[in-house]
Amino acid sequence: MKYTAPTKTGYFGEYGGKFVPEILIPAIEELEIAYEETQNDPVFQKEYHDLLQEYVGRPTKLTYANRLTEHYRRGKIYLKREDLCHTGAHKINNAIGQLLLARKMGKSRIIAETGAGQHGVATATACAKFGFDCVIYMGAEDMERQKLNVDRMQLLGAEVREVTSGSQTLKDATNEAIRDWVTNVDDTFYIIGSVVGPHPYPMMTRNFHRVIGEETKDQLKKEEGRLPNYLLACVGGGSNAIGFFYPFLEDEDVKMIGIEAAGLGADTDQTAATLTKGTRGVLHGSLSYLLQSDEGQIQLAHSISAGLDYPGIGPEHSYLYDTNRVHYFGVTDSEAMAAVKLLSIKEGIIPAIETAHALAYLDKLMPITQKDDIVVVNCSGRGDKDMKTISEWFSEQK
Amino acid sequence: MIAQKTRIQSLFENKSDDEKIMSLFISAGYPDLESTVELILGFEVNGAELIELGMPFSDPLADGPTIQYASNTAISNGITMSKIFEMVREVRKSSEIPLILMGYINPILKYGVERFCKEAGESGVDGLIIPDAPVEESSIISKTADEYNLNLIYLVAPNSTNERMRLVDQHSNGFVYCVSVTGVTGAREGEEVAKSVERFIDRVKSNVTKNPKLVGFGIKSYEDAKVISKEVDGFIVGSALIDAIRKEYPKKGWKDKVFSFVRKLKFGKA
Repeated sequence: MKYTAPTKTGYFGEYGGKFVPEILIPAIEELEIAYEETQNDPVFQKEYHDLLQEYVGRPTKLTYANRLTEHYRRGKIYLKREDLCHTGAHKINNAIGQLLLARKMGKSRIIAETGAGQHGVATATACAKFGFDCVIYMGAEDMERQKLNVDRMQLLGAEVREVTSGSQTLKDATNEAIRDWVTNVDDTFYIIGSVVGPHPYPMMTRNFHRVIGEETKDQLKKEEGRLPNYLLACVGGGSNAIGFFYPFLEDEDVKMIGIEAAGLGADTDQTAATLTKGTRGVLHGSLSYLLQSDEGQIQLAHSISAGLDYPGIGPEHSYLYDTNRVHYFGVTDSEAMAAVKLLSIKEGIIPAIETAHALAYLDKLMPITQKDDIVVVNCSGRGDKDMKTISEWFSEQK
Repeated sequence: MIAQKTRIQSLFENKSDDEKIMSLFISAGYPDLESTVELILGFEVNGAELIELGMPFSDPLADGPTIQYASNTAISNGITMSKIFEMVREVRKSSEIPLILMGYINPILKYGVERFCKEAGESGVDGLIIPDAPVEESSIISKTADEYNLNLIYLVAPNSTNERMRLVDQHSNGFVYCVSVTGVTGAREGEEVAKSVERFIDRVKSNVTKNPKLVGFGIKSYEDAKVISKEVDGFIVGSALIDAIRKEYPKKGWKDKVFSFVRKLKFGKA
């Protein structure tokens, strides 16, 4: 079936839209037009793809995980190595793309929000490369648990602004970034780090990440001569997952699984499992599923992973969830941490805790696979940034 | 069926040309649940002609620190949508002041658009301002709001194009809310506002022709209000009023101090 979402007005089924204050309407309209122009602009596309190749290091490898495969004794497991991107995660694909757009639109100042710090680092990196002023909003709690990334952003010349409102995590960093944008809309471009926010952001960010799935498709075709049976990715806002899934959406035999952070468990209050536990509502400019109280107040999410610690999810995921094209499950903090260890020991790859959520689901998925099935996990980021959390976790377990 | 005139529409119809309407914003449940009704009635006695009652939201992304603070306090105080409607009914026992509910779309969606509009209409609300539901997304509530005779009031900002202003004017009923500066809500230095507002107001006057116009964002004194609302129908004060409450609450006699601030805003003297 042909997949055409979103509509012209930015809807994926009933999700998406442009729920923003009037002040941002001109900015969003301007962005829509500029983005549309780049789609058919060979000069822009060439520059973007050259940067992906020569600066980001694409195409990233598709690694056969032979020891992990042996561990489960079922289908073959491949890893799409977004952890090998410059800066250590997929986020840079989008940061570079949006920065080129900002330059085309004549904006001089870049702002961004960050949770795990990977999007902040990617944005700071792109700004350094192109000589832009850069302000990153980051929750105070996240600055603590991702200190290494704070140091990296500062070294790259970005100003990191600590956000102390609300839960002091990604949600509140996003609020502050939007307030900055509302105030400085004339000269400022907001590089949103996930497939959230008002139209056209969810579509645009997806399209800057679709290269992940496109490469996977080509690489697997060369390696195995066919499509995968399963794709597996972690989902916070959902950018790595959508970039990975999108090029396969029309391939009906490819099953796709998105893994949310269940925190202490999807049946507890300490969770970030938005689709499993959430209801429909509007947060940060679009209609989607979100964690909220009976009064419609946004609830605090919890996950050991700062990058998944978000009470909302991209509208396209809500659509894919409702239509059953993608299936979504939760993985707890402790399951994810066990997967950090497993991948480190079996494959010599220390994954980001975000990524480890997807890997942890192999425990449930692999027993139902056949020997000749192929499972590809999007290895969305590397775990260096998480070493403090990882060390503390395993020393407490002893 | 011709919709009945709301109290907002009557207010502007009956006002003389040089009269300036003062609209005051207060978050429901701030500084405490008990005071909201008394504050509203007191604002009316002391010069307010229109009330915007804020429906607190956990993530008010168009608001500055002052209204964020008031919203958070109200939520901690246990404000709910049902309590807000109770407050409105209480006000209506003794007052016919035009009353608008102002807040973000999410709590409305969660409450249910139909249920929300019905209760709003029946309790005596006259209009709605939903800053994160611009004209593009208005269909989510506009028809239901009409059914219950609630005016939907949209905003224009200094960066709105002329064409956009005309579109907003078409969709608005009651009045058009003119945001005087690009930015979040919050009191500002008078000059910062006055400097840029003149050209904006000129454009508003030539493009917003169907509706009365109130100007808000950044107004903190009688002097600000006088300058900024010279060419329009009135002005809106929110953050500065909340700051005034925050300064006095819960000292003895805090309400009188706040009402005296309101008189100063309206008349230039207490």
